[in-house]
Amino acid sequence: MPLKKRSLTRATYPLATMTPLPAARALDQYFLDARSRLLDVAAILDRVGRGGGAEATVADPRMTRIRAAIEILLGDNPNRAEQIQKLFSLEYDAGWVRPQPRL
Amino acid sequence: MSFYIDPHIHMISRTTDDYQRMAYAQCAAVSEPAFWAGFDRGTAAGFHDYFRSLTDFEPRRAAQFHIRHYCWLCINAKEAENVTLSREVIAMIPEFLHMPNVLGIGEIGLNKNTRNEATVFQEHLDLAAKTDELILIHTPHLEDKYKGTRMIVDMLKNDPRVKPHRVCIDHVEEHTVRLALDGGFWCGMTLYPTTKCTPARAVDIIEMVGTDRIMANSAGDWGKSDPLAVPEFIQEMKRRGHSEADIRKVVYDNPLAFWRQANNWKEWPPEPSRNGTATPQTAKAGY
Ligand SMILES: [Zn+2]
Repeated sequence: MPLKKRSLTRATYPLATMTPLPAARALDQYFLDARSRLLDVAAILDRVGRGGGAEATVADPRMTRIRAAIEILLGDNPNRAEQIQKLFSLEYDAGWVRPQPRL
Repeated sequence: MSFYIDPHIHMISRTTDDYQRMAYAQCAAVSEPAFWAGFDRGTAAGFHDYFRSLTDFEPRRAAQFHIRHYCWLCINAKEAENVTLSREVIAMIPEFLHMPNVLGIGEIGLNKNTRNEATVFQEHLDLAAKTDELILIHTPHLEDKYKGTRMIVDMLKNDPRVKPHRVCIDHVEEHTVRLALDGGFWCGMTLYPTTKCTPARAVDIIEMVGTDRIMANSAGDWGKSDPLAVPEFIQEMKRRGHSEADIRKVVYDNPLAFWRQANNWKEWPPEPSRNGTATPQTAKAGY
């Protein structure tokens, strides 16, 4: 399947306070890491799928999250790691009852 | 090769060989927060012995390798679910606060974000406020981290005695680092397999938020973890072409600047450099 021409990086990365590697060098240095980790995820999904009762895991909220995380990877936001962290996070309730300091 | 500091490592769970390898890698100093001991302790007396280990035995074991050992005292969030035991332990802490290697109260925090954990967290803040101690904070792992960090910041902001520059929020990741920095707090990134941050992601975070008020640690403990994770972080910084000055700021100057505010702090004696001038930053023997 041909890779869709979709920007996987992004030209307008928010202003970094330190100089990151030039994009081409970052790709050189980390391409094999990315390839290896994508293979890990693919193999894990295959492993789950090979086991008995695999159909029941399709609706498991963890599988739903994994699929949503893969969608985030395909997006072109500059903060994909942060988005995936939030996807796997419990919700915060601003109205929670705080204990009070003993002043 | 330059010196580094590991500001969060549980040496009680590591072997003496680890101290030796850390010394080979130029570790100048560590700080060991009071934490879980691999099992829940049944009595306050168990914590009393633990605090003796943190304030007496470990500094001596580290000194054999010319590594300075500091520590933090508290009952950790994992055991804080037992509020009665927690109160007994909190009452005992002042007995140890004057020990020369004690930096403050920590690592307090939340684990499963429960009401009891929050109560005990606030009571540690009450204790720290009495003598204006430095505070080191553990944030929860995995799905609990974002919610728990928000709750911790809520409690810190709700307490007018808390001075953000005297607080370090640890185990920050991509989604929590700004909560700490925007609040004026220091923060630590923990380099730990699977459940926390990798050295590469930690460098990504530095590239995005800068080098102010941030440090890196290994949290080496009972789990599968690496006491040489900070040197690995240094290698990753070099691989990205970051300057020696930036590296040194994160792995040495920042933790030292935070610790220097401690009530018991004694400046390190200067060590003569090769050209004969004193270089206090690289001093590393004894207290
Ligand atoms: Zn810890």
